[in-house]
Amino acid sequence: MIKLFKIKDQKKDDAGNANGRPVGKKQSAGELRLHKDISELNLPKTTTISFPNGKDDLMNFEVVVRPDEGYYLGGMFVFSFQVSPSYPYEPPKVKCKTKVYHPNIDLEGNVCLNILREDWKPVLNINTVIYGLNHLFMDPNDEDPLNHDAAAVLRSNPKLFESNVRRAMSGGYVGQIYFPRCCV
Amino acid sequence: MGDASAEERWRDLDKLLARPGNIVSPIFEPSPQLRDELGEYVRVLVVGAGGLGCELLKDLALSGFKNLEVIDMDTIEVSNLNRQFLFRIHDVGKSKAEVAARRVMERVSGVNIVPHFCRIEDKDIEFYRDFNIIALGLDSIEARSYINSVACSFLEYDDDDNPCEETIKPLVDGGTEGFKGHARVIMPGVTPCFECTIWLFPPQVKFPLCTLAETPRTAAHCIEYAHLIKWDEVHRGKTFDADNPEHMQWIYSEALKRAELFGITGVTYSLTQGVVKNIIPAIASTNAIVSAACALEALKIATGCSKTLSNYLTYNGLEGLHTKVTEFVRDQSCLVCGPGTLIELDILVTLSELIELLGEHPKLQLSKPSITHQGKNLYMQAPPVLEELTRSNLPLPLFDLMGRAPRGIIHATGFANKNGKRTSCLRKLRVVFKGAVDEGAANVDMAGVPA
Repeated sequence: MIKLFKIKDQKKDDAGNANGRPVGKKQSAGELRLHKDISELNLPKTTTISFPNGKDDLMNFEVVVRPDEGYYLGGMFVFSFQVSPSYPYEPPKVKCKTKVYHPNIDLEGNVCLNILREDWKPVLNINTVIYGLNHLFMDPNDEDPLNHDAAAVLRSNPKLFESNVRRAMSGGYVGQIYFPRCCV
Repeated sequence: MGDASAEERWRDLDKLLARPGNIVSPIFEPSPQLRDELGEYVRVLVVGAGGLGCELLKDLALSGFKNLEVIDMDTIEVSNLNRQFLFRIHDVGKSKAEVAARRVMERVSGVNIVPHFCRIEDKDIEFYRDFNIIALGLDSIEARSYINSVACSFLEYDDDDNPCEETIKPLVDGGTEGFKGHARVIMPGVTPCFECTIWLFPPQVKFPLCTLAETPRTAAHCIEYAHLIKWDEVHRGKTFDADNPEHMQWIYSEALKRAELFGITGVTYSLTQGVVKNIIPAIASTNAIVSAACALEALKIATGCSKTLSNYLTYNGLEGLHTKVTEFVRDQSCLVCGPGTLIELDILVTLSELIELLGEHPKLQLSKPSITHQGKNLYMQAPPVLEELTRSNLPLPLFDLMGRAPRGIIHATGFANKNGKRTSCLRKLRVVFKGAVDEGAANVDMAGVPA
């Protein structure tokens, strides 16, 4: 309830109430939650994180995954994370910046990971997503393909899939598509 | 306008303001002058000049408010005209705020409305301090969350964690979605703020990308395929702009092709807009009802002529008519409106001393805290790359790191023991520096000190 007579008094005082202390940049609840997520990150040993815009922009960062087993052993995959102010009500936007031959990642870098879209919940966090990305390299899934061809090969001929992955990672063509080298 | 006609014009309002009552606010002082004072002293900002904003401006102007301002970044589109009744066909392309302000001033004598054709973030935070009440007619969570955080940033608490009355900036928030709507009153520090009850929003439906890519079954799947996958494939690097009709047309034609391929019907241009921009059909009557409730609350807050809505009204006109008022409760540990924990420090205390202190603080017992202040990360415990970048702050006095202001808010995340269990938590801290002088005075002092 505001008090009308108080407003009147304030008006009379006029600039008397100009002690306006400087109010800095507003930090949204989403940014604070992200700050918590980042400060508690517990990365698997395959993964590193970097902040291209410096220590004060946590909303945009990059994650590099170097799988230590499975088809993608020896590869190096860069993901960009974009976190919106409505985090954690909105999941982070994640793209794979490395062109990869993978059934669940298309050639544009879209990633089909359930917790990034339909199964996202505000209780999940950045760490969960990073573990999810690692999981994609441990266990590519041919049932929910984004790269239809890769999924078909994985399903029908795992040996061929393996050699296709090798060829793509060391820089070469799989079918008509060229993959730049991403081996470390 | 003569006195007689003024009395006639405001007859109904005067009945509310000039007569005593039993369910009024404790501060209510009924008087025939109350209407004049309302017009003279109370300043209201209307945020949004769309469906709700048009209604709000008109309702507030007709309720005796005379100092109004309105802010909206949008321009008028043809599709607005069915319900945003202040606009005409020849206004298409002009600023909503400017046209709305002018139209209401033309129709309601004595009211002054200042339009602001810009984004809400473009205004200095001090701009918002100037208003006695802020009324929201918005359609997004982000924008509400922003205004809420601005309003809550004015809130100050006394040493006993009670909100200081004169720092409370009341918000009246309206919202509609088709036949449904809500009106709520937010008194920061007294009633729940927007973030206290953010869990009220249902999660947005998101389709799995692989469904879009492989097994589309609905028209919406086809549209989202064109929007989320096909666009990037064809327009490498070009960002999609939902407000660009050419972009929207492209999405529509791609969606149509895909729908044909999979034998799906129902893709139309308006559905495409609806899916991509998340549009829900707006209904004029819902806006009118919700706005009326909001304007009435603003009047009650300003004059005390009745108790205010406590504190969240929902309206559903889908099957018959249903309204209900729910009294939500505050989240006492809310990071945005909560008092936080008061910490008094000497101006010489360093960041690392503060970190140690937080671990010993009886109320907090926060171990391994990371500290952030107004978007600046003062110290991060993890990941190593950020720890390294912030480590140099540790030996510096917190007072300096916080811009030498006598008081301020910082946030700390770390681990606390709860019933023997180590749980992670995020805490708001109200830091007050003992013996620190006010900004202005400090500058004078420093002028005399040789560097």
